[in-house]
Amino acid sequence: MDAIITEPLALYIHWPFCVSKCPYCDFNSHVREGVDQAAWRAALLADLAHEAALLPGRTLGSIFFGGGTPSLMPPATVAALIEAAGRHWRFAGDIEITLEANPSSVEAARFADLAAAGVNRVSLGLQSLNDEALHFLGRAHGVEEGLAALATAQRHFGRVSFDLIYALPGQSGEAWEAELERAIGFGTGHLSLYQLTIEPGTRFATLAREGKLTPADPDFAADLFELTRERAAAAGLPAYEISNHARPGEESRHNLTYWRYGDYAGIGPGAHGRRGSRATLRHRKPENWLGAVQGSGHGIAGEDPLDAVTQAREAILMGLRLNEGLDLARVRAAGAGEAIDADAAARLERLGLIRREPARIVVREAGMLLLDRIAAELVGV
Amino acid sequence: MTPLDKIRNFSIIAHIDHGKSTLADRLIQRTGGLSEREMSAQVLDNMDIEKERGITIKAQTVRLDWKGHVLNLMDTPGHVDFAYEVSRSLAACEGALLVVDAAQGVEAQTLANVYQSIEHDHEIVPVINKIDLPAAEPEKVRAEIEEVIGLDASEAVLASAKTGIGIDEILDAVVAKIPPPKGDATAPLKAMLVDSWYDPYLGVVILVRVVDGVLKKGQQIKFMNAGTTHLVDRVGCFRPKIEQLTELSPGEIGFITAQIKEVAQTMVGDTITDARKPAAEALPGFKEVQSVVFCGLFPVDANDFEKLRESISKLRLNDASFTFEMETSAALGFGFRCGFLGLLHLEIIQERLTREYDLDLITTAPSVVYRIVLTHGAGELELHNPADMPDPSRIESIYEPWIEATIYVPDEYLGSILKLCQDRRGIQKNLTYVGGRAQVTYELPLNEVVFDFYDRLKSITRGYASFDYHQTGYREGDLVKMSILVNNEPVDALSMIVHRSAAEARGRHMCERLKDLIPRHLFKIPIQAAIGGKVIARETIAALRKDVTAKCYGGDITRKRKLLEKQKEGKKRMREYGSVQIPQEAFIAALRMGDEG
Ligand SMILES: Nc1nc2c(ncn2[C@@H]2O[C@H](COP(=O)(O)OP(=O)(O)OP(=O)(O)O)[C@@H](O)[C@H]2O)c(=O)[nH]1
Ligand SMILES: [Mg+2]
Repeated sequence: MDAIITEPLALYIHWPFCVSKCPYCDFNSHVREGVDQAAWRAALLADLAHEAALLPGRTLGSIFFGGGTPSLMPPATVAALIEAAGRHWRFAGDIEITLEANPSSVEAARFADLAAAGVNRVSLGLQSLNDEALHFLGRAHGVEEGLAALATAQRHFGRVSFDLIYALPGQSGEAWEAELERAIGFGTGHLSLYQLTIEPGTRFATLAREGKLTPADPDFAADLFELTRERAAAAGLPAYEISNHARPGEESRHNLTYWRYGDYAGIGPGAHGRRGSRATLRHRKPENWLGAVQGSGHGIAGEDPLDAVTQAREAILMGLRLNEGLDLARVRAAGAGEAIDADAAARLERLGLIRREPARIVVREAGMLLLDRIAAELVGV
Repeated sequence: MTPLDKIRNFSIIAHIDHGKSTLADRLIQRTGGLSEREMSAQVLDNMDIEKERGITIKAQTVRLDWKGHVLNLMDTPGHVDFAYEVSRSLAACEGALLVVDAAQGVEAQTLANVYQSIEHDHEIVPVINKIDLPAAEPEKVRAEIEEVIGLDASEAVLASAKTGIGIDEILDAVVAKIPPPKGDATAPLKAMLVDSWYDPYLGVVILVRVVDGVLKKGQQIKFMNAGTTHLVDRVGCFRPKIEQLTELSPGEIGFITAQIKEVAQTMVGDTITDARKPAAEALPGFKEVQSVVFCGLFPVDANDFEKLRESISKLRLNDASFTFEMETSAALGFGFRCGFLGLLHLEIIQERLTREYDLDLITTAPSVVYRIVLTHGAGELELHNPADMPDPSRIESIYEPWIEATIYVPDEYLGSILKLCQDRRGIQKNLTYVGGRAQVTYELPLNEVVFDFYDRLKSITRGYASFDYHQTGYREGDLVKMSILVNNEPVDALSMIVHRSAAEARGRHMCERLKDLIPRHLFKIPIQAAIGGKVIARETIAALRKDVTAKCYGGDITRKRKLLEKQKEGKKRMREYGSVQIPQEAFIAALRMGDEG
């Protein structure tokens, strides 16, 4: 436990507002007419202060502004939050401060201010290098505008990443290959390459149910996945997680905290956190969260003490996603070494899907696409 | 005591759905048995499952008063599986109302039931029902009754059980045409045990028909075959509400209770006599009903086995028509091998277990009873379960049950019916035409009939065929056990006995179905059908390639874990076999072969 407490803490800040809702998105995002910026800033600061008081004496390794569309936040609010975090905790020397941004011209115009506020990494929601696909994905920007934003970002921030979504309905292998090569060519140190998944409750889910959208064949999607990993690795951006690629050293430290199952504070509407052995959850609906903070000084909707087995399961689910594998010390730290089904592990190893090392379980290349199944078997369900 | 000449006992018989129970409703209503408010459609169909499916499963008896006479009406089921219910009722009566649907005419069970009734020397009163229907052709049906059955239908009553037309005429005809019972009140008691069932308030209720003597409350009675004695504590009749009486005299039908706890203690067809002054000879009794179709019933959740045992035992307490014994399956664990009177009966018992006892069940393929003659004079055995089939080297010969089936069908479908019967190894015996319809008689192996024959018959004739059958005996057949291997392990619950000529087609179909039903695994899974060591069909389920959540960050941990925990629940519904998870749906669906020709 002690080792984990001395690890740097991660801070997640949720900004729930978007200009419009994307048809594939199941995140906690909302479209609102006007936002009372002063009230929101005060509330986020209060929620942050509340959480910080419960996590005293920690070093902060990363901050992540997610959403919603946090690039719509007033840069002054971003600055105030970073500044406050620095007062509550000690910043690690190499602290990573990431902000998710929409690649529009409006938002690109704020990049300088955001950089000045302390943001040193942006993750751009480019999503595609094809106008038709962007339209299908319900994005407001076009390719040209997006690439201009990318160039601006690369000028202002030391580290830039962008997202692409592939395995779209009807997308050919050649088309994706070309798009990927082009993406790599922009020279960012980090890429998030997601296959389109139809999440329950989204507009895409409705369309799929009505037969108006046919998701890519899973076997074909598997081919695309393998191709993606191969190409990106050859270009010096190997995958370090299922969908995330980076030049060595350029990995998202913030997200690594999740996957390594470290502690993270989550503030803002719907934000999740792990504080020691407790799971924290903020009110999801923006108005409810705001009301809660204004009424009681924090936005916490619930705290769930997690038992040893639950923690171990979470550590397994997350750790297996990483190329470095699951650190067994994490599972043992939870006090539930037996959470891993040894027979299943042996069976999976025989099938060539995982590798067992003394301190780790590593999912092999052949197993990466079967991760959910492997995780289920390893935790004995 | 009711004088004999004032009593009339009759059954209502007909093909399925021709309106027996609805007619019974009208007769009860007209004679004042129930008020308007107490009435409901098919009031005698009191089981939930009868109400829901709109069919009668158990015969019911009601006493009616009509113009100074006592009429005992017995409503019977139409479906062939419950033919034994009809035959018992007929044994207790002197006549029958033969109901024929004015739009449908004579059908297979019309004939089967009327012939039974004729065998009992019954007076038969034809009733042409549903004359209110626009499609009704009463005169055509009248001619059909005369031509096909050979009954005089000139005085057939034209009726509508729905609107109430012809009800008085029917009651009058019963009194005028059906002979009163005979009997001697002074002779020693002799009463037929017609039926028995369990009632939560009364305990075991026994339906009796008194032949001689008087059956009284407080009497010490003896079951002549079972040899047991009991004290009668209630005597009565149904109107259909219970009416307590002090005695039942010769010719009367009514019920008694005698502090009996289990239906199994009462043998239907037994003769009841006075323990102190017994009759010299018992009544002839009934032919014993025998299960013709067997299948395994297993709980989906292996932890429910005890619950299943209790539920089956309880159900059996008030329904002696099915049999059960414990069975273990390597694939399905502990369960029961159950015997039924037919496929509908099987379905109904299974459904009652599911609904009344809240159980999730896996039903294995229905099978018939084979007789196996062993080599080296090692004797004979009866095989209820394909899994128990001895090694072929020990088998001298196998005999299978055959039936004679009568099918009624509009001419235009005759061709497809003949093809179906031919495909099922049928031997045509007879073919006659009446009006626009054909009546065809086939000898068929029963195992071909339990294998979706009825569904096929209905679908190829759009429901216009009617079908009746009776067993005719055993014949030798070239039968083999077909095993299904999943990932190279035989799955006992999927094995079946088939005729060698049909094995390959069925094996192929089974493999194809399983390929669709078993989800892809982390490794590839061969599925094979085999006879002995010889593979006759095969399919392969490719290994799963993709099952991964693309995005997973801090907020998703809880959700993902909960999903995993839910998956664990779902796994209870799977059976692991040779490291392959087989969903229970696969067992059920693989056995419903659907549109296989
Ligand atoms: N139009 C019309 N429909 C009728 C008449 N008699 C019965 N029916 C309908 O026919 C259907 C079958 O009636 P039942 O009385 O259940 O038939 P049944 O012969 O008892 O059926 P089983 O017990 O299953 O053999 C029901 O939907 C009745 O409402 C009638 O005279 N006219
Ligand atoms: Mg009925």
